[in-house]
Amino acid sequence: MAGLNNTKVTPPRWLLAELSYKCPLQCPYCSNPLDYAKHNSEISTADWKRVLSQARKMGAVQLGFSGGEPLTRQDLPELVCHARQLGYYSNLITSGYGLNEDKIIQLKEAGLDHIQLSIQASSQELNDYIAATESYENKKIVAKLIKKHGYPMVLCVVIHRKNIHQMEQILNMAEELGADYVELANTQYYGWAHKNRDLLMPTKEQYEKAEAIAQAYKEKVADKMKIYYIIPDFHEDRPKPCMNGWGTTFLTIAPDGVALPCHSARELPDLDCPNVNDFSIGQIWNESKAFNFFRGDGWMKEPCRSCDEKDKDFGGCHCQAYLLTGDMCNADPVCSKSPDHHVIEAAIASAQVSALSIDEKPLLFRNSKNSKKYIENNEVSISK
Amino acid sequence: MTLNPDLIISFSAMHRLQWEEVQQKDVILYPEGMVELNQSSAEILKLCDGSRKPEIIVADLEQKFSTSGLQKDIFNFLEIALQNGWIEQH
Repeated sequence: MAGLNNTKVTPPRWLLAELSYKCPLQCPYCSNPLDYAKHNSEISTADWKRVLSQARKMGAVQLGFSGGEPLTRQDLPELVCHARQLGYYSNLITSGYGLNEDKIIQLKEAGLDHIQLSIQASSQELNDYIAATESYENKKIVAKLIKKHGYPMVLCVVIHRKNIHQMEQILNMAEELGADYVELANTQYYGWAHKNRDLLMPTKEQYEKAEAIAQAYKEKVADKMKIYYIIPDFHEDRPKPCMNGWGTTFLTIAPDGVALPCHSARELPDLDCPNVNDFSIGQIWNESKAFNFFRGDGWMKEPCRSCDEKDKDFGGCHCQAYLLTGDMCNADPVCSKSPDHHVIEAAIASAQVSALSIDEKPLLFRNSKNSKKYIENNEVSISK
Repeated sequence: MTLNPDLIISFSAMHRLQWEEVQQKDVILYPEGMVELNQSSAEILKLCDGSRKPEIIVADLEQKFSTSGLQKDIFNFLEIALQNGWIEQH
């Protein structure tokens, strides 16, 4: 079974603090779990401070305050201040909702290093449709305030079939807003995005066109704006190196204190992810079943086990293997060597059919009502 | 962007240079990234504090390490640092 098999444990470097699952936006590709409404408790300010201190002592240095919308936590400035005193480089990952000039100044004084602002599209109509909340105009105001107060700004745009045609306009908008970095994140199909995959996945032709635009833009703005292009792995023939190696670099803490080796790992079965209320970060990182599960290659099956690329991609993404093949220890089916690779081809074909159909089903938006409905249906199907 | 020998160098406001105890290394931190520095790179960058021109940085380091002939290496590194946006000249 999975386990350590004498793999040297490296210290965590990146800590993602998901402060709350509450969010005023309802993006249908949200990376929060589908059943988030079930996990509605939040750990206290003192708990978060303890977590930050313990992780910092182990070596974590990059810190993202995320969610949901982290601004829903009233103690955010206090946590930012604590993080700065510990020497973290901290990032606020926000929808911009609830961010005004006073708050931007307050967070700067508390020691926040940079801000990552999400924007859903380059037009108000589409942005507000995807977010299911009127937010576009406010985001543009917030972006300008972020730059006015001297923060490095990352503009994050999740790319999918509804906005991929705006690639050029999105980049123009980012440049105009003074973004220092643009993250063009092709949708990763977990959680809500997995549910909406047929409606979100672009065609290969759309991807290729969009990527060519992004690459050309990269050269044009090389000196002033950095473009991070996150590839759509369904169209690759090798998987991505999941989390830079499981339990090697990244630590996520969910709002209720559950520690996750990757922010989607809540979807995986039988990991028994530990809670910071029961264990220290040191115990969680070094000793827990969840963090040791995919360390090393002892867990691998064929074709990964004998593959000469296993040290490069670590078998790919375990959440993807679980969602698409039913077994998280299988090779990521994105890999053309995977015996399950046909499920990827089927997913692409299914999305293509959906794109061409006249009466596409509606998007499932991320909100408490839909999450509760999902929980109900899931519990019914389990009890059957 | 090329190094201008007549202008003072400062460290970028968009990056942070800091000592990491666990790694026993100086690092540069910036959005979504971190660069681990070797000792000589860190020594150079610590002098990019908005008070020195390139040749003063060379002189100060040569004095600190009681050596000479460092200019070429230091200028090469400053060039790279400038291109990466770690330092600025105004």
